[in-house]
Amino acid sequence: MQRAIIEPNPTPPADSKAASPSKPGSLLQHPNSVAAEVRNLRKIYNVGSPQAHEALKDVNLSIRANEFFTLLGPSGCGKTTLLRILGGFEMLTSGTCRIFGEDVSRLPPEARPVNTVFQQYALFPHMTVRRNIAFGLEMLGKPKAEVERTVERMLDLVHMREYADRRPDTMSGGQRQRVALARALAPQPKLLLLDEPLSALDLKLRQKMRLELKSLQRETGITFIFVTHDQEEALAMSDRVAVISNGHLQQVGTPEDIYEQPQSRFVADFIGESNLIEAKVADSAGSEAAFDIEGFGQVQAPIGQRVEVGQQVWLSIRPERLVLGAVHREGPQATVTDRTYLGNAVEYHLRAGKHALTARSPRGGLRGRQDFAPGDAVSLGFEPGSIKVLLS
Amino acid sequence: MIERRFQLRWPLGASGSLLMLWALPVILLLAYVLPFAGVTLWSVTRPEPGFENYVRIVTGADFQAIFVRTAWVCLLSTAITIPIAYLLAYYWVMGSARRSRLIEICIFIPFWISVLVRAFGWVVILRNNGLASDVAAAFGLNGLSTGRNVWSVITGMVHFMVPFAILPMASVMRKIDSRVLLAALGLGCRPLGVFWRVYLPMSLPGVFSALAMTFIFSLGFFVTPMILGGGRVVLTAESVFVQMFQTANWGLGAALGVVLLVVVFAILWLSQRVMRIEQLMSR
Repeated sequence: MQRAIIEPNPTPPADSKAASPSKPGSLLQHPNSVAAEVRNLRKIYNVGSPQAHEALKDVNLSIRANEFFTLLGPSGCGKTTLLRILGGFEMLTSGTCRIFGEDVSRLPPEARPVNTVFQQYALFPHMTVRRNIAFGLEMLGKPKAEVERTVERMLDLVHMREYADRRPDTMSGGQRQRVALARALAPQPKLLLLDEPLSALDLKLRQKMRLELKSLQRETGITFIFVTHDQEEALAMSDRVAVISNGHLQQVGTPEDIYEQPQSRFVADFIGESNLIEAKVADSAGSEAAFDIEGFGQVQAPIGQRVEVGQQVWLSIRPERLVLGAVHREGPQATVTDRTYLGNAVEYHLRAGKHALTARSPRGGLRGRQDFAPGDAVSLGFEPGSIKVLLS
Repeated sequence: MIERRFQLRWPLGASGSLLMLWALPVILLLAYVLPFAGVTLWSVTRPEPGFENYVRIVTGADFQAIFVRTAWVCLLSTAITIPIAYLLAYYWVMGSARRSRLIEICIFIPFWISVLVRAFGWVVILRNNGLASDVAAAFGLNGLSTGRNVWSVITGMVHFMVPFAILPMASVMRKIDSRVLLAALGLGCRPLGVFWRVYLPMSLPGVFSALAMTFIFSLGFFVTPMILGGGRVVLTAESVFVQMFQTANWGLGAALGVVLLVVVFAILWLSQRVMRIEQLMSR
């Protein structure tokens, strides 16, 4: 996890509960702060044919102005479809799609105050960098002098001045990416859609472009909607993230929310790594409950919602929050099956009854943690608040 | 992995490979270079040694008329072929599955039918009192001469060349990334503007190669002008035939052939240069 590069989060204008998809309309009292909003959005491809495929199932989402918002999910989850619907490249099947309060559901892409940065850049190969960047401005009918001035400013913004008169096919992926960004930003759209713009770059460049994108967003104040399947990218850049799976919106929240407070098994598993353990409610009292884990023992965890005794739930715990100790301690025990050295940490694969678990711990005796070898018996400890109870 | 590569060895062995390597130049030599050398020799030896034949071609009013007519017919038929082929190529590549299927059937079935059959087909349609003049009469255009003139020849040539012109244009069009077109739309360009500002410039290399191909093709047309022109629209290729097989003037026919070939090579060289400049421009 590259948690270190997460920027301090700007305080959102409304509390994050209000943006939860299950409570539609709660942001409508502040229409100026909503950049994009979809309500009851459904998209079915090949309606009525045997190959009909529902790509988006009743999605509700509000994206605030000046926000770096990420749609995150595995490939084929519908995130790109949602982006294309916002851009006007795809028609929605039902529901509404508003951009700054205006219903754009039936508007063609050229009539929307939105620009898109495509996955493979999609630059005009027969035009120079300068002409590429000027294209959108010319389409808006801006006077020549203004077009030139804006193009110069954009060239500086993306550090592409010395390539201004080159054509895209002679440039590297990172340079093309910058030109694509400048081209999309030049007409000053109210909303910038980015469709996996970094996926074609190599790792080092991708990490560099992450920071550049983030600072570009802050400099321009334009709302960014960013699509990616890379959770690290999403956590590192976003103000808020929407996790999408199989056409459903799973969870919307800040990167910290998404990582620390997953609300479903899918989110817990998809974002970072999680140990997911099936458990049964043994006892519930107020905000705490006890859970029976088969062949393992009993654990305590705080609960956010009511649970019934005997109910099946899933417990999620991050590998770095699973504490291994010498076996004389009481409580759950496990056997080390494998040990992997990761440089900045050591990863232990464990077996406890029928459960396979993963624990990660900083190397050496840091914070009193000792090293173990395969075959060792260890006792399992959980950091306070580290066990998340998931009902679905 | 390396072992597998060795299994892919040429089945004829080293000497076999050498044989195959030489086969193509040998065929070229036997089928093209030697006969052409013979023809060139005829052109300066028959009926007597000297450049008499070339002088006649350059100075004779009859040959000048043929060259001018050939140039016009070829330019016109190319100019008509290219837009038709462009449209068809566009719909073939960009159109719905059904539409491109239809275009495939309509274009590529005639493609396999002999030139001769196609030329006679057009004769049936275009002859006086044929289908075309009946249709023209139905629209009140009586007495329109449709058979055996320059326009019949051009019609037949265009019909023949359109599929050939479609192929290079379609192959370039297929390579155009549809996301580039979407990007133009997204930047506020109307669909027609996307065509003029993005699609057309990006498809130009295909247009250039189709242009060169069509024009060079049209220079060599022989059967179509002969049948549809009925001896009234004699083009260079037909006049070679006339000189050789009707007036038995072998030397003059040979010289005409040589001139035609030189012109074709000149155009090829020129079009290569244009393409190279185009490539440099897109750098």
